[in-house]
Amino acid sequence: MNKEEQKLKLQEQYPSATFDEIGQWLVMNISVADWLATAQALRTAGYDYMFCLTCVDFKTHFTMVYHLESTTERTPLVIKVQLERNNPEIETVSHIWRTAEFHEREVYELFGVNFLNHPDLRLLILPDGWEGKNPLRKDFEDNVNMIKL
Amino acid sequence: MYSETMILNERSQIPPSGGGGAVFDDMIINVGPQHPATHGVLHLVITLNGETIKKVEPHLGYIHRSIEKMCESLSFRQFIYVTSKMDYLSSHINNHGCCLCVEQGLQIEVPQKAQVIRVLMDELTRIASHVLWWGAMAMDVGALTPFFLSFREREMINDIMEESCGTRLTMNYMVPGGVMADVHPNFVRRVNEFISHFKSKIDEYDELVTNNIIFQNRTKGVGVLSKEDAISFGVTGPAARGSGVRCDIRKLYPYEIYSQLNFEEVIETAGDSFARYVVRLRELRQSMHIIEQLINTIPEGDFQAKTKAVLKLPKGEFYSRIETARGEFGVYIVSEGGTTPYRIKFRSPGFSNLSVLDHIARGGKIGDLVAMMGTLDLVIPDIDR
Repeated sequence: MNKEEQKLKLQEQYPSATFDEIGQWLVMNISVADWLATAQALRTAGYDYMFCLTCVDFKTHFTMVYHLESTTERTPLVIKVQLERNNPEIETVSHIWRTAEFHEREVYELFGVNFLNHPDLRLLILPDGWEGKNPLRKDFEDNVNMIKL
Repeated sequence: MYSETMILNERSQIPPSGGGGAVFDDMIINVGPQHPATHGVLHLVITLNGETIKKVEPHLGYIHRSIEKMCESLSFRQFIYVTSKMDYLSSHINNHGCCLCVEQGLQIEVPQKAQVIRVLMDELTRIASHVLWWGAMAMDVGALTPFFLSFREREMINDIMEESCGTRLTMNYMVPGGVMADVHPNFVRRVNEFISHFKSKIDEYDELVTNNIIFQNRTKGVGVLSKEDAISFGVTGPAARGSGVRCDIRKLYPYEIYSQLNFEEVIETAGDSFARYVVRLRELRQSMHIIEQLINTIPEGDFQAKTKAVLKLPKGEFYSRIETARGEFGVYIVSEGGTTPYRIKFRSPGFSNLSVLDHIARGGKIGDLVAMMGTLDLVIPDIDR
């Protein structure tokens, strides 16, 4: 399945999604409200391997980036979900792709994104008792440990 | 039975076998952060019922350096070398992955000679990593001799690396567009010497450990990971191939000259610790086979493409995937068109491989935990980043 076929197929299934073809793989933008249902449908459609889950802070908003792949067809798909910066919340997908559990915990502490219904949303990397500031946000300041080049 | 330092919690519902109706409490023990079997500062909080593991909870961050944040203030030439400090046993391959991503963004054509040198170095790194793992793994389950044998072979590779790259462990030999310098004149001779030496020694590895009945009893049927779970947990590398998952990036998405090379993707299907062990030993032979195909025919030409002094990636997103000794390493760069990356995410194989530990350890015995951890081949700086 090439990129064009993949796009046509997905366009039919998810009419509300928009598509970009900027990178090497097809990018599908969907809204936060649609995410859980879309994730479940994609898993059923064969995208069984999530090889990357991360978040990008664009100063005005956050973007969750999910890299998915089917282990039988090997056509990667990138899903992007835009989140509000003030109160970033998104449904967890850790029950669909188990690898998401750890990756979501990482994003939770480094970006402050709240994953709804996550089974175990606690700090993973940061020390216990860490409050407030999320290190990978662009406005994070640490005058003691960070050296500005 | 319980010492005061052990913390007791909830009353267990499962009566342990032979308990004679007595009710036992769960016991929580801490393995690490300083523990010889974790090979680094990994902290596992283990809930036990008798000897049976009920839960394994990893606590990370003891050496978290926030490399992703650090990279946001480094140039596209500089950030490559920070990744050497992630998975220090595949530092060369990590650098390679970053270079592939930058080259993809700038559409740099890498000269044939540089590609061959890169692949040779990658495979030497893979051998060095697997060999060290083999010694450490055997040591974890109680055999001390292999550790010394493995260092004998690893030392030869480190010497080769030192000659050509200047350093023994964190090579920093890659640059966008090729490699930093041509290989040392002794390189071909010494690699050939190593291959002929190692060919005779790898059979010794099999005799000493693989065919050892005690070792087999310690690892067979321990920490069984099914194919579906391996995919769902994002397990990659030899750990997943031991469960029958095809996940070798060298075969699936060939980079450099891997598509022209003759080698086999090693797959085992048992899914237990022994299968993961066998995959790595078979991969050693495959890596040797790859090196043999290339070492005597390194093409003439440039070892580096001409690139600008200051690299600026166009606005957009770039993702490269590469097979390290531990699994799939991904580099995700978001560029805003400047001289530094806007955001970098490293998808490290160790992080995903660790997440499956709780799943495969449940129901197993505490004594087998090192055999499960050992065959996942965890490198802690790679997990923490």
